Amino acid sequence: MEDKNNITAFNAGTLALVNQIIKRYPEGRQKSALLPVLHIAQSENNGWLSSEVMDYVATLLDLQPIEVYEVASFYSMFNLQPVGNCVIEVCQTGPCWLKGAEEIVAHYEKRLGIKVGETTADGKFTLKTVECLAACGNAPVLQVGTEYHEHLTIQKADQLLDKWEAENKISHTNPYL
Amino acid sequence: MAKQILLNNIEVPGLAGFDVYRQLGGYSAVEKALKDFTPDQVTDEVKKSGLRGRGGAGFPAGMKWGFIDKKNPTRYFVCNFDESEPGTFKDRFLGQMNPHQLIEGMILGSYALGARSSYIYIRGELFYVLKILEKAIDEAYRNGFLGENIKGSGYSLDLYVHPGAGAYICGEETALLESLEGKRGNPRIKPPFPAVVGLYGCPTVVNNVETIAALPWIMNNGGEAYAAIGIGNSKGTKLISACGHINKPGVYEIELGLPVEEFIYSDEYCGGIRNGNKLKAVVAGGSSVPILPASLILKTAAGEPRLMSYESLADGGFATGTMLGSGGFIVMDDTTCIVKNLLTFSRFYHHESCGQCSPCREGTGWIEKILTRIENGRGTMKDIDLLVNIARHVEGNTICPLGDAAAWPVASAIRHFREEFEEHVKLQRCPLSK
Repeated sequence: MEDKNNITAFNAGTLALVNQIIKRYPEGRQKSALLPVLHIAQSENNGWLSSEVMDYVATLLDLQPIEVYEVASFYSMFNLQPVGNCVIEVCQTGPCWLKGAEEIVAHYEKRLGIKVGETTADGKFTLKTVECLAACGNAPVLQVGTEYHEHLTIQKADQLLDKWEAENKISHTNPYL
Repeated sequence: MAKQILLNNIEVPGLAGFDVYRQLGGYSAVEKALKDFTPDQVTDEVKKSGLRGRGGAGFPAGMKWGFIDKKNPTRYFVCNFDESEPGTFKDRFLGQMNPHQLIEGMILGSYALGARSSYIYIRGELFYVLKILEKAIDEAYRNGFLGENIKGSGYSLDLYVHPGAGAYICGEETALLESLEGKRGNPRIKPPFPAVVGLYGCPTVVNNVETIAALPWIMNNGGEAYAAIGIGNSKGTKLISACGHINKPGVYEIELGLPVEEFIYSDEYCGGIRNGNKLKAVVAGGSSVPILPASLILKTAAGEPRLMSYESLADGGFATGTMLGSGGFIVMDDTTCIVKNLLTFSRFYHHESCGQCSPCREGTGWIEKILTRIENGRGTMKDIDLLVNIARHVEGNTICPLGDAAAWPVASAIRHFREEFEEHVKLQRCPLSK
């Protein structure tokens, strides 16, 4: 999946994983594998689902393309537009707001020079706000890929961003691996 | 100290691994059930325990199991690990710290219901917990507690973990089943209930993580022993995930019936309000339940001490009471703007409405818009009544309870804190914003 917009095919290892997932559901119910396979496809397509990627997933699971589109557009974890290499998702719901989530978001907006929902010009970071991540006791909280970062302060938020910048963080790794 | 059923071994190093869990007596409940109990006898123990659904609805678990249509040979048991109710983070804690307890509970429930394939549906954000669960499941297979002919009993079970992808609505059990079938998470019209027509059209029971995690203890100690703990129809223990402006946020196991005041102020639990501030309000059971001011959360309208139980928290109905719900306990001190807090909840429900029913799809949007107006100093007195009116028309007019969940916080915030909304209008700004 080198092309940023056009998937060709999963490699053999990923296909084996997909086939293993399909077997978890009864015969003829391979549509159940759609959410897990979309997670994998997104991770292998630079963090977003183009219509070409969704068409490929439809072929893999023997579905009509519309069955994939209507599902992909329903769930908030699926990006239907390109995103930066590292997507920072800050929780903004009540418990995180009570503990200062807005300050964290404002700080990242300032440091990255973008607004929530935007991607930096160099394509490195996308900043998003998300709804409750179920970690309210450790608020405020953010997620990057499969990682949770909790008990945030401005200082900790800075340290994290410094680290991601230094290591050219990529948040869309295959969540099963 | 009520850390007796769900969290009794939680501090043991390596608990997430099979060997440590086994050394602590883990999987003995499965051995006991498969050797000495018929599936119906397991169900009877759960009925005797009085265990109620811990996801929020509080429906008796044994009774729910009793509804399953046993005429259909293919039946499913599904774990609802879509924990997404703001303020609730107990299942994540249980799942990552003690995965085998959940797996053991899944085996017990599957055996009782006659399921041969069971699924744990976990919210997609928690992929790292999914991996902990899958590792533990592999260990359970290797040790003969999952797969063909478990411990020579003749009973076989496969267990899988299935990720969601970011949708609060999938915590509603029929939406969860739709999602597990690879569809949009639109709740189904009930009846038929999942116990008759569930996953793939087959009889299905969906239970919350915490409910299932209590099953090994109930099987080991008997339903009556469980029912001896707690108060009234609130049997056993409950996990309370406490957050907000308290000194010690975290997940606590309490015996149902603990006084709310003790829970908030005792060092054993929340440890009081931060910075010595005054308590202003509490949302006691996840964002959906009515907010109560300090006076009504500590004491009922009749002046009795309020207890952490299904009955006591509901005492007074919605006029002066609330609900135990999921146990998501959100505490606010006197620096908190009730309007802004409500706005974050209403934005949440607007974002999470599946869009199927117009009262919810449209109403949640209107609520968010009007609250934004009031919070930003552009509201009118009429807006406050308009909010009450919209909430009333959303409540009870939708397929699933998300509409109610969106309406109750609005109605209760205005019921108990109307003057704060009016102050926003009069000052044309938020009196508490920095």
